[in-house]
Amino acid sequence: MSQFTNLRDPVAARKVLARIAELATGQPHRKFMEICGGHTHSIYRHGLEELLPQNIELVHGPGCPVCVIPMGRIDDAIYIASQPNVTFCCFGDMLRVPGGKLNLLEARARGADIRVVYSPMDVLAIAEGEPHRDVVFLAVGFETTTPSTAVTVLEARRRKLSNYFVMSNHIRIIPAIKAILNSKDLDLDGFIGPGHVGTVIGNHPYEFVASEYGKPFVTAGFEPLDILESVMRLLAQKANGRCELENQYTRAVRDAGNPVAIEVIDKVFTVRPHFQWRGLGSIEHSALMFRDEFAEFDAERRYSVPGVQIADPKACQCGEVLRGAIRPWECKVFGTACTPETPIGTCMVSSEGACAAYYNYGRFNKAPRIPVKAV
Amino acid sequence: MGHDAADRERLHARIEVWRRRPMRLHDEVITSEHGAGGKASQALLNSVVFPAFEMAGAAMDGAVLQATPRHDLVMSTDSFVVTPRRFPGGSIARLAVNGTINDLAVMGAVPHWLSIAFVLEEGLPIDEFRDTVAEIALAAAEAGVGIVTGDTKVVGRGAADGFYVTTTGIGMRPDDMKLGPSEVRPGDVVLVSGNIGDHGIAVLQARGELDLVSDVSSDCAALHTLVRDLLTSGAEVHWMRDPTRGGVASSMNELAMDAELGVRLIEAQIPVSRPANGVCELLGLDPLYVANEGKLLAVVSSETADKALTALKGHELGRNSSVIGVITSENPGIVVLETLFGGTRVVDMLVGDPLPRIC
Repeated sequence: MSQFTNLRDPVAARKVLARIAELATGQPHRKFMEICGGHTHSIYRHGLEELLPQNIELVHGPGCPVCVIPMGRIDDAIYIASQPNVTFCCFGDMLRVPGGKLNLLEARARGADIRVVYSPMDVLAIAEGEPHRDVVFLAVGFETTTPSTAVTVLEARRRKLSNYFVMSNHIRIIPAIKAILNSKDLDLDGFIGPGHVGTVIGNHPYEFVASEYGKPFVTAGFEPLDILESVMRLLAQKANGRCELENQYTRAVRDAGNPVAIEVIDKVFTVRPHFQWRGLGSIEHSALMFRDEFAEFDAERRYSVPGVQIADPKACQCGEVLRGAIRPWECKVFGTACTPETPIGTCMVSSEGACAAYYNYGRFNKAPRIPVKAV
Repeated sequence: MGHDAADRERLHARIEVWRRRPMRLHDEVITSEHGAGGKASQALLNSVVFPAFEMAGAAMDGAVLQATPRHDLVMSTDSFVVTPRRFPGGSIARLAVNGTINDLAVMGAVPHWLSIAFVLEEGLPIDEFRDTVAEIALAAAEAGVGIVTGDTKVVGRGAADGFYVTTTGIGMRPDDMKLGPSEVRPGDVVLVSGNIGDHGIAVLQARGELDLVSDVSSDCAALHTLVRDLLTSGAEVHWMRDPTRGGVASSMNELAMDAELGVRLIEAQIPVSRPANGVCELLGLDPLYVANEGKLLAVVSSETADKALTALKGHELGRNSSVIGVITSENPGIVVLETLFGGTRVVDMLVGDPLPRIC
């Protein structure tokens, strides 16, 4: 992207779009999945889908860490939050994720001390400021957010805090991508790769997608021009019969990633044998739990959570949406029983969720432009 | 017991003088006694509330208002519970006055009278209450409205957060004024009177939960003179709103649904200050959904859009006014944004609070 100083420059965008149109001409219908919810958000925020040729479709993948949290985990979180003397901290968009009966917002209204934080370090500050309360952090996210959680744990040990605990829902991107690639109903032509995760784990771990599964993979940044250029590169690979791993996001992603961050994760966490994903089911080695050396910080061990697995609601087709097998509006309950007000599936909760995004967009008939003269 | 009749009389007279003397306010904090309706309540009202508001009818249970012939009365009410109670550019006191004035103003009414009701939490420093009352009186005086009646209650510690205040306003407008969603036509243009989102960002930062420093101040202001300038400019004004909670996006959605018309906003023409935009980018907020407390949204006929814009820009509160969109017959009930990139997206109602995104 070095030729573009402004990554939101409409003039530069038009050049890329012209090239995309050229490459797409004559190609069959192409479906590219952007794995990361951050990409989904940017695509909607800037209205990018509408600018692409008709035979190019973007499929929104499972990379929204909120969207893949199963109901049983929320129930466990509420169980911990409802214990006496517990202050429970989480990011804002976890509040409305449905559990078996309640969500965290409802648990708060019923008296649980649940606070919204913007950074894990805020939780550490709360623990330090209120030493007589047990302060629990609901940690979610891929490898992008795991290092900062790990740092709070190391820092808590250094500061000798005995009232800071973490409920780890940290998940790993590679097993999730493999689960999608192994699904029987897979119908994708390539991937826009998660740039933020790439800054931590590096570009190299994505290599297998191209070499073993034969799908082009372009790791991408999050500005609209980043995404458009990645679509252009995927189309170019298809047009030239190539199938490679590329790195569009070179200003942030290195091949080997961030060794310090990887080391910090590895010091505190180890791989879970299994983890339940909403829609995708149980995926081997797809999440992280505390190493025994850090067991004292593990909220799940401290509170011996019920750990009941609740099957996804039958009507909900989040799984097929997350795998790209169906489009959000093809789900049986989309826009009827499942809306942003009453989400059944988590894809409808977060603004990054594929369904919430489509709910805002898919129901609307594209209208011819009406020029507005600037007065 | 040794008192003669004259002594007793003198004593009774002295007691009577003391009994009639208003109770002096010695307390430093609000207690439940201040809400009991007895002398302590009177002491609070006499030494804090009445002097500030110069309430002529304070001893009565209500105020008598004199309406002008051929005018309709317009009434609006609002409660204010903001935390913190002071923030860059404003305070709960300013909001309580300006918020209700603005609700009347966008109805096309000239605000005349306000009532004010406090719910005080035990333990509130009386000095803070005194400052608040003084600030309310000042804001009302600046806006030229009278505070004509009010009420004060006290609740136990923990039952309120410091204090809450409710204001009700009454204004008048000509009885032939037509304003509202049913007046809006396809082709009308949408104007906003300046940078959006400043209030919400200022309050968010003043809460001190974010390690963010920027110089965004609340836009808290009374809009009735800006509205007056617009209404007298010769522009055909069809609809007005002050986009508070839920921001411009929510107000426009309400218009689209009520009018059964579409709204098309142009991102490039929506004014947002650089610092406010920066904070929004960092937190994953959309300025279209962030609250304002001193901005006017107006829909006017396209033929008179120039007049409207000139009038708004001529007022101190409207220097950065801009045409931000157009009313369409397509997509009734839906607000569409044309992005800087030339794409489009739907700008829907928020379900709950704008929740910060995590990545």
